[in-house]
Amino acid sequence: MSATTTPQVGAVARPAGPLRETSRRTWRQRHGRKTLIWGWRIGLLVVLLVVWQALSGPVLDPQFVSSPNGIATRLGDWVADGTLWSNTWITVQEIVLGFLVGALSGAALAYLIASVRVVWDILDPFLMALYAIPKVALAPLFIVWFGIGTDMKVLLAAVTVFFLVFLNTAAGVHEVDRALVDAVRLMNGTRRDIAFKVVLPASMTGLLTGLRVSIPYALIGAVIGELVASNRGLGYLISDSSAKFDTDGVFATLVVLSVIAAALNAIVNLLGKRANRWKPLDAEA
Amino acid sequence: MSAAVIEVQGLSKHFRKDDEELIALRGVDLTVEQGSFLVLLGRSGCGKSTLLNLLAGLTPPTSGQITYGGKPMRGPNTQVGYLTQHDTLMPWRDVARNVQMPRELRGESKKERAAVAAELIKLVGLDGFERHYPRELSGGMRRRASLARMLCADPETLLLDEPFGALDAQLRTELQGELLRLWSGSGRTVVFVTHDIEEALILADRVVVLGPVGTILLDQPVDLPRPRDPDDIRVDPHFVELHRRLSAALKEGAR
Repeated sequence: MSATTTPQVGAVARPAGPLRETSRRTWRQRHGRKTLIWGWRIGLLVVLLVVWQALSGPVLDPQFVSSPNGIATRLGDWVADGTLWSNTWITVQEIVLGFLVGALSGAALAYLIASVRVVWDILDPFLMALYAIPKVALAPLFIVWFGIGTDMKVLLAAVTVFFLVFLNTAAGVHEVDRALVDAVRLMNGTRRDIAFKVVLPASMTGLLTGLRVSIPYALIGAVIGELVASNRGLGYLISDSSAKFDTDGVFATLVVLSVIAAALNAIVNLLGKRANRWKPLDAEA
Repeated sequence: MSAAVIEVQGLSKHFRKDDEELIALRGVDLTVEQGSFLVLLGRSGCGKSTLLNLLAGLTPPTSGQITYGGKPMRGPNTQVGYLTQHDTLMPWRDVARNVQMPRELRGESKKERAAVAAELIKLVGLDGFERHYPRELSGGMRRRASLARMLCADPETLLLDEPFGALDAQLRTELQGELLRLWSGSGRTVVFVTHDIEEALILADRVVVLGPVGTILLDQPVDLPRPRDPDDIRVDPHFVELHRRLSAALKEGAR
């Protein structure tokens, strides 16, 4: 989008901003680095898989470490009989629901509580104490409260997400530049203007950080819930496979879980790029 | 002599830090006439910025009172435009939307405020950069954008806190000229804070030299003829004499 700007005579001489020129880059300059990085990534993966496959059997016991081939076969079987899809769907539902519930309540409560300093100061120690509880420890309690259905997993995921989103958003709200708020006050801005036109956008970075770091935890929460007690989902698939000493099955499920995690991360990254367009380019890495 | 727009009486401001009181201003009396260009000159730490914050109504005084246009001030003074030392452009808004902001908050229609903003952006020489975000601009360009935003609110009084401090000499001269052009004949009142004697003399109708805790060391009318060419005026004997006097007052305050 860069265009050559010709100096114009305005009311004031043009500021000595950077001169913009259209630059013609070759395909290599444009995509060279990206191609290189992806080439190496794929290469590394292939090498790992080949070494794993080669060692599994002659050196290592496939009963313990499985093998890429075994995993692929197992995945193929599961796809064929529908096991994979039905269980993945259950887990994905729990993750997404848990994430939404946790993120929405976390963000909403953060804006309410962190905006009023006194309330925050009063509640801070309680919140930190709750945050410090290992969320796995809540699983038995949640089973008593909500049974062993999907509700329990959704809430286990939501609790972790809640705290991460809440604390990061609150930090974002607290770090809002006082001078920006004052500027709006002088423009005769109302409290509502300050909330929506300063605090909300300024804290967006904190909110997004919270969303980003909490995504893996939504997955962890859901899977742990399934490991503790369930008869469906990827966590169940892991515990069921391991109970049968089926390492291929355990690894196959882990592969599916990491694919889900990568997909979720990609979504959040997209979100972050859109909301942070105003950040300088070098700060985005 | 025209009417006073700002009157400050016995103004004090303390900041509390643990069990200590930091006194930024003590017993300041000051009157600013409508339409005048007043420069507050002082070394860093003499409470200049605190005084401006109080004039803007952003912080309440510890004691004393400020009247603006004859009325005692309560809360932020929305009649003033305040250009702070550091930029307060919203980093998530591009130049055009930043400049429009004062009118946006007033609820003016998009079309109307866009037209005003476009004109002001042109006035400060930022046309072509409307879609740029503050961080993509140089310091001087951000200053211009801030200036345009301040003017967009169409304030009757301008408070400027070392607005050109961080700029290179050429740009500073240019923007000083621009400010004078905007001020002259507009009937606006300007309170300009600086630590630079030359800048004070090029701009002011009247220079008030502030010492520690806002003590007024010297209240000096500047009767140099306008327009003042920054290059020629430096060798004007009267300028030299005023410069000497202000410099002496500043030194006096340091002791």
